[in-house]
Amino acid sequence: MHRTRPFDHLILIIGAALLVLPVVVAFMTSTYTAAQIHTGGLQILPGGNFTETYSKVLTQKGGFTGQITGARMLMNSMILGIGFALGKIVLSMMAAYAIVYFRFRFATIMFWVIFTTLLLPLEVRIMPSYGVMSQLGLLNSYTGLIVPLLASATGTFYFRQFFKSIPDELLEAARIDGAGPFKFLIDVIVPLSKTMIAAIFIIMFVYGWNQYLWPMLMTTDESFFTLMRGIKSILQVWIGSQIPDYNEAFALAVLAIIPPVAVVVIFQRWFIKGLTESDK
Amino acid sequence: MASIAIENVVKTYAGGNTAVHGVSIDIKDGEFIVLVGPSGCGKSTLLRMVAGLESISGGDVRIGDRKVNDLDPADRDIAMVFQNYALYPHMTVRENLAYGLKNRKTPKAEIEARVAEAARMLEIGQYLDRKPRALSGGQRQRVAMGRAIVRKPAAFLFDEPLSNLDAKLRVTMRAEIRKLQKRLGTTSIYVTHDQLEAMTLADRLVVLNAGRIEQIGAPLEIYHKPASTFVASFIGSPAMNLVDARVEGGMLWFGGVSVPLAGAQGPVTLGLRAEDLRLAAPGEAAVQLRIEHVEELGAQRLVHGMVEDQSLTIALSPDIPLTDTLPIALPRERLHLFDAVSGKRIETRVPAFA
Ligand SMILES: Nc1ncnc2c1ncn2[C@@H]1O[C@H](COP(=O)(O)OP(=O)(O)O)[C@@H](O)[C@H]1O
Ligand SMILES: [Mg+2]
Repeated sequence: MHRTRPFDHLILIIGAALLVLPVVVAFMTSTYTAAQIHTGGLQILPGGNFTETYSKVLTQKGGFTGQITGARMLMNSMILGIGFALGKIVLSMMAAYAIVYFRFRFATIMFWVIFTTLLLPLEVRIMPSYGVMSQLGLLNSYTGLIVPLLASATGTFYFRQFFKSIPDELLEAARIDGAGPFKFLIDVIVPLSKTMIAAIFIIMFVYGWNQYLWPMLMTTDESFFTLMRGIKSILQVWIGSQIPDYNEAFALAVLAIIPPVAVVVIFQRWFIKGLTESDK
Repeated sequence: MASIAIENVVKTYAGGNTAVHGVSIDIKDGEFIVLVGPSGCGKSTLLRMVAGLESISGGDVRIGDRKVNDLDPADRDIAMVFQNYALYPHMTVRENLAYGLKNRKTPKAEIEARVAEAARMLEIGQYLDRKPRALSGGQRQRVAMGRAIVRKPAAFLFDEPLSNLDAKLRVTMRAEIRKLQKRLGTTSIYVTHDQLEAMTLADRLVVLNAGRIEQIGAPLEIYHKPASTFVASFIGSPAMNLVDARVEGGMLWFGGVSVPLAGAQGPVTLGLRAEDLRLAAPGEAAVQLRIEHVEELGAQRLVHGMVEDQSLTIALSPDIPLTDTLPIALPRERLHLFDAVSGKRIETRVPAFA
């Protein structure tokens, strides 16, 4: 084994500090008032305005209609992130299960058709997707926000590769043990895929959480606004000679970081546990 | 408990590769049948057709008095043990054993009783709450067997269950499988490429070659009367010596020595087991073996050499001193003759010693 020397640690510490610093600055700055920031610039030490800023951001009704709070936007983002990640996992697991374990005509071709959609990002099909959703009357709804994003091939591809690595004998043993296709999926495949599910959940949650363009198109009703939109709309409020609410923007940005970080921390533990525990 | 009838079973894989050509075997209730043959001869394919994991392209398989060709594996009342154990990695040993019963809606108390009984029989009681990954290879194979036993099926199917174990463990597990099968009296089909394993386990052996049956019989029957050169060279260790010889006028000629023999004519293949050959007594007719190399096995030594231009191996006691050439006597009662072209056994008589 390589012996760790103090010098290695130093490099790691400097690297970590460098990466964390902007986040710290954002958080510290958010604890000042807008006026202090306007005159004093960015801050590295805590200010005295923490409770006021954050309770205002989370609870004060704002926006054009005066109805939307930060908490509401946080919830919308949460619904989008979790709904998107879960939906994607369920959908792509089922698709991969069908492709790997069922013999049907054109299975390989189907897989490659699905696979090639990987090459088409959302932006390419965003207009038709919008058209479809609008005709279905799904603008300004969680369904409309989530469902069109689910159709993509990444998850299917990962799960297919993973299922192919599960030994065939396991399926055969299960068949002899009297497990049908559905039981095999629930009793064997899903538990074995735990690490895969955790990994994909991390990726997809963050992806869904960070969506900007699609929610912007899909939602005109402010009660469906996500955090990502909210941050921007705060900075847009330049009424007269009023100072922009820098502190609130920073506070929202900090709040926006917390859930993805939490997801990574929680699921990463699961993920690593699965990696180290699994044998062959 | 049930008999199994395999009748003219054929397997042609998609793509036209025929792996099993019309095989028929009648397996009696409680019998231990071993399918043995070199890798790729179709043993697993045949077993998997009985299990229902491969479709049957032709012929019938009956378990008991039911034709099972179109039944799902779960409905055939069989249990299978795989080479790589195929335990569910995320379930504890107990859950692994119980899974098949649970799917069949067996009452909880009954499941517990059966798992406990199997665990006792296989001595895996203390591992019941472990996951398979925390078990050694031998323990995993016991669990795999336990999974078969708890179901109390009509037949056990084994596909090379011991191939992943080390040599020593293989011997003990072999004995245990044999004991267990006798005790339960469950009809069993066991696939292996290891002829020693086949000999020691089987009530009857089925020797397969390229998707066809070469011979069916009790282990000793096959050892003493191999039906073809293929069986002769496959069963027994070291492999039987197969040399070219001639029969002329009631005499078998090999290496300049003749032995009276009736029932054949012309060129033949002569089969000689290394362990049947012995050193000739002074004055006895003998072929001369030029020694090339010697394998010391401890209890005996294998001497490899040439008689004229044909190689021959002989098993000797290590006490016998070795010289460059050894005089070897042909065992009149233990000569195997095969057709020089087809390789089929020729029944011969050794005329009574005059
Ligand atoms: N799924 C398959 N598709 C096509 N050919 C196969 C398949 N499985 C086995 N075979 C072929 O059938 C023959 C017998 O295979 P198998 O029964 O596995 O042999 P064994 O178990 O005796 O080693 C081999 O030639 C093998 O290549
Ligand atoms: Mg095989």
